[in-house]
Amino acid sequence: MLKELAKFKGFSAKNLPKEEPFAPGHRACQGCGEVLALRLALKALGMNVIAVSATGCMEIISSPFPYTSWRVPWIHIAFENAAAVASGVEAALKALKRKGRFPKNRRVDVVAFAGDGGTADIGLQALSGALERGHDFVYICLDNEAYMNTGVQRSGCTPYGAMTTTSPPGEKSIGQMTWKKNVPAIAAAHGIPYVATATPAFFLDLMNKVKKAALVNGPAYVHIYSPCPTGWGSKGEDSIRLARLAVETRIFPLYEVIEGKYYITRKVTKPKPVEEYLKLQRRFRHLTEEHIREIQQRVDAEYERLLRLAECL
Amino acid sequence: MGKRIAKEVSIAVAEAVKQCRVDVIAAYPITPQTHIVEHLSELVANGELDAEYITVESEHSAISACLGSVATGARTFTSTSAQGLALMHEILFITSALRLPVVMVVANRALSAPISIWNDHADIMAQRDVGWIQTFAENGQEAVDLVYHAFRVAEDRRVMFPAIVNIDGFTLSHMIEPIELPDQEQVDQYLPPFKPRYKLDPRKPISIGPVGIPEIYTEAKKAQDEAFKNAYRVIIKAWDEFEKIFGRRYRPVETYRMEDAEVALLIMGSLAETAMTAVDRMREAGKKVGLVRIRLWRPFPLRDFVRAVKGVKMLAVVDRALSPGATGGPVAVEVRSALYQVPGRPRVVSFIAGLGGRDVTVEDFEEMADKAYFYLKKKPKESYEMIGVKE
Amino acid sequence: MPKGKDTALMSWKEVPFGCYILEPGNSVKFKTGDWRSFRPVLDKEKCIKCGQCYIMCPEPAYEQDEEGYYIVNLTYCKGCGICASVCPKGAITMVIEEV
Ligand SMILES: Cc1ncc(C[n+]2csc(CCOP(=O)(O)OP(=O)(O)O)c2C)c(N)n1
Ligand code: SF4
Ligand code: SF4
Ligand code: SF4
Ligand SMILES: [Mg+2]
Repeated sequence: MLKELAKFKGFSAKNLPKEEPFAPGHRACQGCGEVLALRLALKALGMNVIAVSATGCMEIISSPFPYTSWRVPWIHIAFENAAAVASGVEAALKALKRKGRFPKNRRVDVVAFAGDGGTADIGLQALSGALERGHDFVYICLDNEAYMNTGVQRSGCTPYGAMTTTSPPGEKSIGQMTWKKNVPAIAAAHGIPYVATATPAFFLDLMNKVKKAALVNGPAYVHIYSPCPTGWGSKGEDSIRLARLAVETRIFPLYEVIEGKYYITRKVTKPKPVEEYLKLQRRFRHLTEEHIREIQQRVDAEYERLLRLAECL
Repeated sequence: MGKRIAKEVSIAVAEAVKQCRVDVIAAYPITPQTHIVEHLSELVANGELDAEYITVESEHSAISACLGSVATGARTFTSTSAQGLALMHEILFITSALRLPVVMVVANRALSAPISIWNDHADIMAQRDVGWIQTFAENGQEAVDLVYHAFRVAEDRRVMFPAIVNIDGFTLSHMIEPIELPDQEQVDQYLPPFKPRYKLDPRKPISIGPVGIPEIYTEAKKAQDEAFKNAYRVIIKAWDEFEKIFGRRYRPVETYRMEDAEVALLIMGSLAETAMTAVDRMREAGKKVGLVRIRLWRPFPLRDFVRAVKGVKMLAVVDRALSPGATGGPVAVEVRSALYQVPGRPRVVSFIAGLGGRDVTVEDFEEMADKAYFYLKKKPKESYEMIGVKE
Repeated sequence: MPKGKDTALMSWKEVPFGCYILEPGNSVKFKTGDWRSFRPVLDKEKCIKCGQCYIMCPEPAYEQDEEGYYIVNLTYCKGCGICASVCPKGAITMVIEEV
């Protein structure tokens, strides 16, 4: 176990921080799981942070001038560079502390937020660079499995079979034709100290992971599954239900990779069939039984792979 | 006063950046900028410069990291050329609109294709509208002096705009020239510590980079533009101050033998020396030719420029970049438009020369001046003309 | 016909430096409550004060009162129904907003 984490007791339902670094009055859709993930992540981090956002839903809904939902210092530059901007913030803090222009002992966590598009696709290079350089920062991918801000286009994180506006099902297509890109594995391949997956349905787990990500020295990556009723064609009230089902069906397993070692943080011994999850969302409505079988097989295989990763080490 | 010693211009520029006590450097290597960033890496590595050097994975990330750094309150430097500058393009607009005073040296180089590492001004001309202060250096001394000036102006609280110092790739960046680096105390006297108006700090949270809804975008742009135009005064004052401390005088526009000139060559950058030789030769031959050099390109010094070309009959603009299918090279188009409202304005002829490392010789300048004379009598057929191209 | 500029929020002279927002969290001035077509109604009898509703609200719109109950702030509640769906005791019902 990393020594930075030794003292961390973890949050519990009883000792949740009171502060809300993210204010209400934002413009996210009703039942948005992404803004909930964002809110919980910030709650875990507290007020001593500098936040960087990539362009995307969360940036748009939080900052239509003259209103901001950010109660912590925040900067948004562009879509593909949150990790690079965060690198600059982190380097500046380091230099200023060393030169006595920022209080040396004042802890400031630098955190970058981006959607799945801003992370897995257009921002992957900047992310990889920042992880490889070893900046002490947290990168949080809020994965709602498509480019929502621009009207639900597919991304590298869109799951197989899903309907988006650029992966429409048709005679020659089942919708998204590729399997979801495994960004946490890419992050882990950089040999960074901490990688985790989380979902707002398990909010304590989410908050603890984000806090740990901040506590470790060096880069940390947290991939948060974030239901999007608007893009998925699901009911707003079902966002938490879907986030839970994604875990219970093994579609989105919860784990940590600490110093290269995989730990499954929520073992799913009796998985629910993927169909239970798929049928609640319009984006999967066109799938046939055969497609669903195919997805089930893939999910099973991926989970096996993950189990092996967690065991053999 | 510092000593005058022979140095490669890139090395001198890096030394000047060090003297500016930068806190953060984020840069990505590209010829011909490399010697600048390599030397800075060395200075950081051996402890001569106390700064964070971010070895980013691209120019896009270089400039992005610079924005994060300046916004946090650190003095920040980067440098690039050509493809690298083009890759930064998107972020350059954001830098100025968010009033983040990054300073960048561009070692000017041609843009691909065909890929070329050699000098021209295509890279910077493609960045005309990004809202950065832009200057062009003629020689090594000026390159160095413009670096101090750039930090001083960019970070001035009345300005807070990023600045680019252009130096011609190879033909200036790699030259060994006698350069006087001032004493550190002089630089410190000229350049106060960076105290931004706002910065990212949990003790006083602000939001930078919000969404500009249609009800504010126009007003935000107007505010930016007014502030940018006002930077002009600070730019001039900072050169006045520079003269007091360092004894060298800089103005937005330089002239050479313009007193009674009928034809004037107009250039930017390091071709000035060659052009001056051409002017001297033509003067000896009895032709009234002069030279105008624009040092401050953005904000464009309209009055200084109009004054400089007063009385001239024909202005021969020597552009180092091509704007395909336009009505002239980028500088020519700019000055033609600048002169349009001026009564008794000179005519403007546009030459494109020195692309991708092609030499522009004394003879080439003479050819252009001669053509300018000729065009006084007979209108040119084309709105611009390439010089030094083999038929 | 009004002019385009009549829609402007302010004069360009009043635009804050760099178009920054200097007041943290001022989105609280923006009331999202009128997006709502259903309203969560709490049955205190059933409530065990577990806070699930508060923690899962995306706005967040819940505040705790002196007795420890979580009370919805209708200024912000968008009526998504998450709180009702996560409440372990079924203490929250979504009722239609009368207009
Ligand atoms: C360079 C660039 N290309 C494209 C866009 C348009 N764009 C803005 S946000 C976005 C999608 C965002 O998707 P994601 O990162 O998944 O975030 P989400 O909106 O889903 O939260 C796109 C395509 C842009 N702003 N910049
Ligand atoms: S589109 Fe989806 S992610 Fe974006 S604000 Fe709406 S619900 Fe949230
Ligand atoms: S979730 Fe239900 S039981 Fe828990 S505090 Fe809210 S209303 Fe009460
Ligand atoms: S209905 Fe939705 S927005 Fe309203 S309080 Fe419940 S969770 Fe929050
Ligand atoms: Mg997305």
